[in-house]
Amino acid sequence: MGLDRLDTRRTDTGVEYVPSSQESWVTTKLDFLVNWGRANSLWPMPFGTACCAIEFMATAASKFDLARFGMERMSFSPRQADVLICAGRVPFKLAPVLRRIWMQMPQPKWCISMGACASSGGMFDNYAVVQGIDTIIPVDVYVPGCPPRPEGLMYGIMMLQQKVMRERMADKSLRHEIEPDPSSQLYIAPPLIDELSEPFGNSIHQTRSGL
Amino acid sequence: MSADFTPVLAGRAAGGNVPAPVTPKNVPYRDGTANPSADALRARFGTTVSRVDVVWGETTVIVDAPRVNEIVRWLHDDPTQRYDYLVDVTAVEYRDLERPIEVVWHLRSLPFRRFIRLKALLQKGQPLEVPSVWDIYKGADWMERECFDMFGIRFVGHPDLRRILMWEQYKEGFPLRKDFPLRGRFSRSEQLRQILSQNPEAKYSMEEISIAEAFEDLPADVRARLGSGEPVGE
Amino acid sequence: MATVKRTVEVELSTTGLDARGRPQRVPLVTDQEGNLVPVNAAPAVEPELEGEHMLINIGPQHPATHGVLRLVLELDGETVVRCIPHIGYLHCGFEKIGEYRQYNQIIPWTDREDYLNSPGNNVAFALGAERLFGIEITERCKVLRVIASELSRLISHCVWLGTFCIDIGAFTPFLWIFQQRERVYTMLESWIGARMTTTLTRVGGMGADIPDGWTEDLANFIRTFPRVLDECSAVLTKNGIWVGRMVGVGAMSADEAVNYGLSGPLLRASGVAYDVRKDFPYLDYETYDFDVPVGQAGDVYDRYLVRMEEMRQCIRILDQALKRLPDGPVNVSDHRVILPPKSKAMSDMESMIHHFKQVMEGPRPPIGEAYVAVESPKGEKGYYMVSDGTSKPVRWRIRPPSFVNLSAIPRMVEGHLLSDVIAINASIDIVMGEIDR
Repeated sequence: MGLDRLDTRRTDTGVEYVPSSQESWVTTKLDFLVNWGRANSLWPMPFGTACCAIEFMATAASKFDLARFGMERMSFSPRQADVLICAGRVPFKLAPVLRRIWMQMPQPKWCISMGACASSGGMFDNYAVVQGIDTIIPVDVYVPGCPPRPEGLMYGIMMLQQKVMRERMADKSLRHEIEPDPSSQLYIAPPLIDELSEPFGNSIHQTRSGL
Repeated sequence: MSADFTPVLAGRAAGGNVPAPVTPKNVPYRDGTANPSADALRARFGTTVSRVDVVWGETTVIVDAPRVNEIVRWLHDDPTQRYDYLVDVTAVEYRDLERPIEVVWHLRSLPFRRFIRLKALLQKGQPLEVPSVWDIYKGADWMERECFDMFGIRFVGHPDLRRILMWEQYKEGFPLRKDFPLRGRFSRSEQLRQILSQNPEAKYSMEEISIAEAFEDLPADVRARLGSGEPVGE
Repeated sequence: MATVKRTVEVELSTTGLDARGRPQRVPLVTDQEGNLVPVNAAPAVEPELEGEHMLINIGPQHPATHGVLRLVLELDGETVVRCIPHIGYLHCGFEKIGEYRQYNQIIPWTDREDYLNSPGNNVAFALGAERLFGIEITERCKVLRVIASELSRLISHCVWLGTFCIDIGAFTPFLWIFQQRERVYTMLESWIGARMTTTLTRVGGMGADIPDGWTEDLANFIRTFPRVLDECSAVLTKNGIWVGRMVGVGAMSADEAVNYGLSGPLLRASGVAYDVRKDFPYLDYETYDFDVPVGQAGDVYDRYLVRMEEMRQCIRILDQALKRLPDGPVNVSDHRVILPPKSKAMSDMESMIHHFKQVMEGPRPPIGEAYVAVESPKGEKGYYMVSDGTSKPVRWRIRPPSFVNLSAIPRMVEGHLLSDVIAINASIDIVMGEIDR
């Protein structure tokens, strides 16, 4: 199962990694080097569908510049990408495409779900839109907003960089590929998907037509 | 300003006495001036034109469904009408269960600067069929496909009437019908399961697969099923 | 039964393998005796040997398809024989949801369909709803909406220019032009609070009036933007590669374009002078002095020239609108649609009731229907609304210009090369959000 996860502790400046005594100086330095390399050269695969894709383009442009994160090399081929940034709403017709792109990406790979629609279906609680891409692929960072400001996306990217820095090679569960159930192609149990996708709070009232 | 252009000032050259267009102001709710084409239609087609309404300055002409192609062709070809631009083909279903479904055509005459709305009423109990206007306007191709996809209305004479926005093997029905619930008929996990477990080859139409080299390599029974139009996916 | 093993020597009439590593096919013909014999002819004159057509699939995930568009191309070598587009990968049920929302609640939805032209869509929907309600808006509101529409047209054409350049291969104008978009975004943000999905209008007025100093920002932008366009134009318009890739590519004749229902710069590049602002005006566009560029050849180069010129005309209209911006209220004072000011709603009983009814139920138009079309940067954008007297429309139909424009792509790419397909696709200026809704 990998090393115990209770080896991080919260301080007032963030989260501190407190290694358990089994790891040596060499492996922690190697981890640091590898993670530093990965975090500062995450090549994004912009799976841009709608409005968030335009804000992503604006983030990559000169005013908010993604190049300073090492992410200016957009990879539109999933084979050469590190992080899949799903920017925009994903309808059901596009779901198998997203799953296929995710499967085509080699490990190590991460996923940023940009915007409300990718994270939870957003304002589109209807027959056509997937209620959150985490029902199809595993997501590392969710960036809320409709669309999120470029600063918001950059905060999400920095959060992902911190997540990458905390990884350890000895933890085999991190780079584990999802295996969907062969008959249903779902990797989360159906009742859980239904429970997560139900409208709640004020959203319930918005399914009334007419008066 | 670029030197390559001769700027055009006042829109498309109008034929005959067409007044200069102005922004409509204080448009009356009912009893506005009808489009002269409505009278021309009545004169030409008589009782096929069942009603003419003028609401908010727009003329709506309700005609019998089987003769729509003939009427639209006359509007397109007749030199006094010249409705050369098809704006939209769509449908309306009302919340009142008794009211028929209306198929709506929006037409513009660019030379005469006119706009008219044609409607045909389809009763819900009977098959929803209406003639296609694809042979008159090529733009009707995708618009009629979308109308079929969303409402289930068949356009007779359309060369390739299949779903355009939803995937071809979509099982839940016709989304814009009023008896179709907003969140779909199936549960979320079932919707995901249906779309994710489809065969990727099912995304190609028969026409496309026959082009591909791999057609000869497909097993004979798959080829036969493709040929009969059956979906190869699940 | 005894079998006899024999060795047969056969002389091949071909070299054996073709360029793809498969056995070379030799056609057989019947000779005089009726036997099938191979033809020993040079490849150029081999009879009945057709080239194989390749089927390739572009998309739905591809950087150059401007969204999730899937094009299936039948290629003969590098030439496109047939193109079959597949859409629907961004279909999100806008029209269905519109039946479950009050009119003011639909306005955020209009932002998201053509997300490059959000203020323009907001204006278009508000005009349609006001026609349905029978409301006349104030003069200040009209001019502000013209400013919003033209700014929106400008930034939409900027995105088009940036992405078009990337598709053809020039990366730098993208960065130059997106810097200008950021300036407009800052202005929109100070006006309404959002950069891109603005929800700028309300039925009967605007979401907010412009803040102090906004007109100076706009005047400054109007003064400096044409210089950027000149810079981009200097790099592109007379560039040999640019012209070589675009002249004669994807041409559509005027009659065909009208028959396909095309609109916007695509139609005007083919020589048809149809602009909704000139032919079926709204917001007093007939009182503004501007030109509509019309092309001659209908190819990709003409579409580029038309859009560049349209951006300059936008600046011209913005200048006039800014000069004529009157003082006065932005919203109509009709209590059926516009919320009363908070001071009155908290003190006056009637105002409180109006506020309550509008928020809980929403404004209710009379029974009827209305179709209002505006000139969006992509073409004729129409909203068709049918009301049955309740606060939520019975049918909300979006007439998407990109949808109709894209349906002509099989006709436009026939006979062109594969790289021309990308150029033609980019020249149509499609937005998948609007196509699929």
